[in-house]
Amino acid sequence: MAEKPQIADYGGDKYKYGFVTDIKSDTAPCGLNEDIIRLISAKKNEPQWLLERRLKAYRHWLTMSEPHWAKLKYDEIDFQALRYYSAPVQKVKPKSLEEVDKNLLDTYNKLGIPLKEQEALAGVVAVDAVFDSVSVATTYRAKLAEQGIIFCSISEAVQNHPDLVQKYLGSVVPYTDNFYACLNSAVFTDGSFVYIPKGVKSPLELSTYFRINAKNTGQFERTLIVAEDDSYVSYLEGCTAPQRDENQLHAAIVEIVVMNNAEVKYSTVQNWYPGDKDGKGGVYNFVTKRAACRGNNAKISWTQVETGSAVTWKYPSCVLQGDNSVGEFYSVAITNNKQQADTGTKMIHIGKNTRSKIISKGISAGFSNQTYRGLVDVAPNADKARNYSQCDSLLIGSTCGSHTVPYIRNRNKSAVLEHEATTSKISEEQLFYCMQRGLNAEEAVGLIVNGFCKEVMQKLPMEFAIEAAKLINISLEGSVG
Amino acid sequence: MSDFLLQIKNLHAGITDDKKEIIKGLSLDIKAGEVHAIMGPNGAGKSTLSYVLTGKSDYEVTAGDIIFNGKNLLELSPSERASEGLFLSMQYPVAIPGVTTNVFLKHAINAQRKYKGLPELDAAEFLKLIRGAAKEFDVSSEMLKREINVGFSGGEKKRLEILQLSLLQPSLAILDEADSGLDIDALRTVAEGVNKWHNQNNSLLIITHHLDLLNYIRPDFVHIYADGHIVKSGSMELAEDLEANGYRNYLEE
Repeated sequence: MAEKPQIADYGGDKYKYGFVTDIKSDTAPCGLNEDIIRLISAKKNEPQWLLERRLKAYRHWLTMSEPHWAKLKYDEIDFQALRYYSAPVQKVKPKSLEEVDKNLLDTYNKLGIPLKEQEALAGVVAVDAVFDSVSVATTYRAKLAEQGIIFCSISEAVQNHPDLVQKYLGSVVPYTDNFYACLNSAVFTDGSFVYIPKGVKSPLELSTYFRINAKNTGQFERTLIVAEDDSYVSYLEGCTAPQRDENQLHAAIVEIVVMNNAEVKYSTVQNWYPGDKDGKGGVYNFVTKRAACRGNNAKISWTQVETGSAVTWKYPSCVLQGDNSVGEFYSVAITNNKQQADTGTKMIHIGKNTRSKIISKGISAGFSNQTYRGLVDVAPNADKARNYSQCDSLLIGSTCGSHTVPYIRNRNKSAVLEHEATTSKISEEQLFYCMQRGLNAEEAVGLIVNGFCKEVMQKLPMEFAIEAAKLINISLEGSVG
Repeated sequence: MSDFLLQIKNLHAGITDDKKEIIKGLSLDIKAGEVHAIMGPNGAGKSTLSYVLTGKSDYEVTAGDIIFNGKNLLELSPSERASEGLFLSMQYPVAIPGVTTNVFLKHAINAQRKYKGLPELDAAEFLKLIRGAAKEFDVSSEMLKREINVGFSGGEKKRLEILQLSLLQPSLAILDEADSGLDIDALRTVAEGVNKWHNQNNSLLIITHHLDLLNYIRPDFVHIYADGHIVKSGSMELAEDLEANGYRNYLEE
């Protein structure tokens, strides 16, 4: 247990994994064109095939338009006003914690992040090569390498394992998939790469910590996980961003390939800055996450706790190709103030006896709006496919909204699909009971909401679950009384 | 400093959205160590008194004062009142799905410790405390692992209320119809629990409409409550007279 990296562990170790100084001068001007893409590719010393793929994606992206089917309202994004490659050194950095925004520090304190860590997160001079477009450090690499596990940044993987990257990159989410995925395919700057060889069970939970730090920077990370036959890995992803008045764009892709009898658990605690209480600022989060169970008896499990972002557009999906493969989606989404989230999953049943399970818990407070949008699709050959979906919504107050939009497409008569949905409000009686025993209103709401989400929280690895529980409390501050 | 633990002076109160006054000029003094019983017919607004004292939203005080432990109770939030030592054993304890009894109790104890400036209990300290108390108050470890009040029987709910009473150590406990829904054995268990907690430094306000519980927890004072105020105060004999002759005599006064 002691050796498990936690999401709070990153930052303090930054120097170890050398974000070399010459990266610091790499900064692209605002705007997007083929030259910018060539610049990104050149700076990263990429092979020709990858540059061509980026350009192909970019040219395709120019023909696409932003989707507007989600129940989300936001100002149009000016893609030419964004910076697509940024190195941290260009920023004006605080010299010490005293110069850092107090609200930000309060948040870190509430999260129990140690002082040294706070310095790293706040971007204090000592730890420079942070976040933005540059990959996070990967710890315990040597130990993992002993078993043949590759855990590195996608940029390094392009240099050191080009065959694997070329084989799998874009194989689950092609660049034509959707507007944001296409943009990512053109401009992605970094992310993580995980390769678990045949028969290997990863002895550690692999963890990555994403952060948007610079102003006007889009974050386009790209994660690729490949689990060969009979392998297992649990992967954790944490996200935060500092408070800024302007909106920041995050358009990531996560692709996961799961082969015969392999299992991947992917857990996310997403705490991007949600904007202030009036809806100013915050991250626009347009993310494509998809796993393909290519082999028989393959299993993928998505667990997400979403408390942040001003706008969330995210549907981690499972393509169940192999016979007997299993897809699971456990989600807690919390929106407060003026946050908007349109999130859910897609379960695509292709193989026989494929099974999927969806447990979605949505909590809305303040003036926020939340939609669960999910698809269960059973292909003609997916005999005896099974799905169980449960979507529960909890409302706090009477000015928020919650919507459930389940799509079902069943083309096989032997499939069994179940859907349950509930909507409830935190009752005055429950609040009063907690308060009569000494909890203040916010503690009471936190406790009740954590109970409501328990089924999902239990799926998170322990350290993550503790952090997520604290996050839930923080996210709901000001939602009562 | 007066020697009263609780002083209610000419209290007028009702439900916020409802213009109707429910409590109309109620006064009551309770000293440390005393047991008071308020008896009244169903629907007289006895529970309103317990909600007004503990600060439930929806209830509004329109006139009068309440002093508790030397503090103006009406200026305190419900959770502050609880941490100041006011406990209400609810008539219908509410279920909170997903929150185990253990987790709830730990949060409650630590919230009150925090208020008092005491260090919070860690998991080991809490478990030690809870195990001892649960055994004493006939609460099984299986019950502590279940979600609080979810699917609990009437007896289980009330035993859990009394367990909380003993863990939180308030200076004044209000028992609101603590005997409702209990069979005779469960009633005895609850009464024994309350008696174990009660000592000369803490006080008890029992709200009930019949005698059952008072046979196990002997009150020092019995007050008959009707039409929004106390119409007569006396000793246990008053309660016995009520049981024999009903409320009629007092309602007509």
